Amino acid sequence: MAGNVAADVPGTGVGDAAWLVVIRGLSKYYVRGDQVIPVLADINLDVVAGDFVALMGPSGSGKSTLLNLIAGIDKPSAGQIHVAGVDIAQLTESELAGWRAAHVGFIFQFYNLMPVLTAFQNVELPLQLTALSRRERRERVENTLALVGLSDRMEHYPNELSGGQQQRVAIARALIGDPTIIVADEPTGDLDRTTAEEILGLLDALVRQIGKTIIMVTHDPKAAGRAARLIHLEKGVLVD
Amino acid sequence: MANIPVSYIARNLFARKLTTILTAGGMALVVYVFATVLMLAAGLKETLIQTGQPDNVVVIRRGSQTEVQSGIDRTMASIVESLPDIATGEDGRKLVSKEPVVLITLPKRETDSPSNVVIRGVTDHGLTLRPQVKIVEGRMFRPGTSEIVAGRAIAEGFRGAGLGETLRFAQRDWTVVGVFDAGRTGFNSEIWGDAEQLLQSFRRIGYSSLIFRLIDTDRFADVKREIESDQRLTLDVKRETQFYADQSEMLVKFISYLGTTISIIFSIGAVIGAMITMYASVASRTAEIGTLRALGFSRSAILTAFLGEALLLGLVGGVIGLVAASFMQMVPISTTNFQTFAEIAFTFTLTPAIVLASLGFALAMGFVGGFLPAARAARMKIVDALRAA
Repeated sequence: MAGNVAADVPGTGVGDAAWLVVIRGLSKYYVRGDQVIPVLADINLDVVAGDFVALMGPSGSGKSTLLNLIAGIDKPSAGQIHVAGVDIAQLTESELAGWRAAHVGFIFQFYNLMPVLTAFQNVELPLQLTALSRRERRERVENTLALVGLSDRMEHYPNELSGGQQQRVAIARALIGDPTIIVADEPTGDLDRTTAEEILGLLDALVRQIGKTIIMVTHDPKAAGRAARLIHLEKGVLVD
Repeated sequence: MANIPVSYIARNLFARKLTTILTAGGMALVVYVFATVLMLAAGLKETLIQTGQPDNVVVIRRGSQTEVQSGIDRTMASIVESLPDIATGEDGRKLVSKEPVVLITLPKRETDSPSNVVIRGVTDHGLTLRPQVKIVEGRMFRPGTSEIVAGRAIAEGFRGAGLGETLRFAQRDWTVVGVFDAGRTGFNSEIWGDAEQLLQSFRRIGYSSLIFRLIDTDRFADVKREIESDQRLTLDVKRETQFYADQSEMLVKFISYLGTTISIIFSIGAVIGAMITMYASVASRTAEIGTLRALGFSRSAILTAFLGEALLLGLVGGVIGLVAASFMQMVPISTTNFQTFAEIAFTFTLTPAIVLASLGFALAMGFVGGFLPAARAARMKIVDALRAA
């Protein structure tokens, strides 16, 4: 477990610019009636800025739960999650919403695009939460769609795009707010091998060329192979 | 916290065209009924209010609500007539019309069913006092004869009341020598004849009402006080506009209450329809809700988006209902006024207040139907919502 953390004393890495994510004593369990169902137990993990981390493990191992906790869409039962110096476990729900808007980019297995909005509007959506002007938003959306190679598909609706193209739109949406961290849950799970390779290549480029930090949950060993670092979870605990 | 763009809200409605049309259609029907009934009440009220002239004064027996119930003997009439505040006509005589008003029963042209019609006896000043009344066919009756003129609605609606036809009432045959148009006023639903001839044939000794014009309309309060405090007179004094507005009050209230009650009962169905539609909309977009929340949109933004969608649905229904109701303005209608027991013809009237009330009602239906589904959408946990993908 020592390989996953920066220091043995909790909190040592907090505030250190190099350590983007510092997790200490993180637990998550559900209570159903008088039954306690543990999902994650005493997780300690550090992620350096600019890292490309793959979280692997069998179904039910808690990898998606860990990703959700890091992304601030779920609350831990115990422990600390410091992201860029902020313990997000202490934030209220509305503070978390604001924090997510500013710091997290999401990529989902099924893209989760709004079917009634065009590619352009889908990418623009997170910018509705910022104070940017219409013109600034347009400029950023066009640049980001160009970055994922979809300049010619801006006015297309999701159902007019292939799976790979939809995932590119989703990646553009995740990038648009210049997030501190990008979380990807099975980003290639719904794609054929060739398209999956393209998407993984794009994620890889984001890390190498613009220094983004990505944490990706995957079942696919080939996808995991593209990551710089592999973390295994089994029955709610990290294994080396 | 910023809100979800309106284009997202509007397009979701457009994306489910059939459901949207059916749900909005349900609300449109309710709004149609609601607006039509209010237009009916407004049309009636407007017709009766326009019947009066602002500088005319109506005098009737104290305690009576209508001219038909009233009785003023000749002595009282003379006392009122001698008031110095009454204007003088071009002929140098005072502008006073002492009028007997009687109800008779006539058969309708189309159904042959009997209905009450007002017969008003007027003097030559009766026309001067009502400049809105104009003879459009034939001529005015000659004083001292059994000639009558009929309001347009009566001439068209009742057998024997057309130009050149003959009516029998009060043991006499009366010839219709003219048809008058009184704009959108209650006089259109009356028959006029010579006051003295009608008094004789109906064997009346007193008039029903006195109508006169004031020299100075601002003196109304003083004149009213003077008449009402005179020990010899037991009379009520009203401005003519107020007199006719009061006559419409009961029927207008009845129609409004009945219409509103019916609309509210109907609206329960439309609200449930909207609720089902919105619950279905929330259920089919659970993953989208989870995604929006993950992206940083707050619970209140989600609540606003779904409420906005329901309100928009209501607005669409409201506009369709109002457009349909506005066509009713082309339909003339007549009914019996409960207060005067006389038939009155009028039209449905769409006023800005009715437009606002109808749209408000439609939005209220949308709000009530949309609130619980929107609250459900806002309450969803992000991870649970995302799992629905």
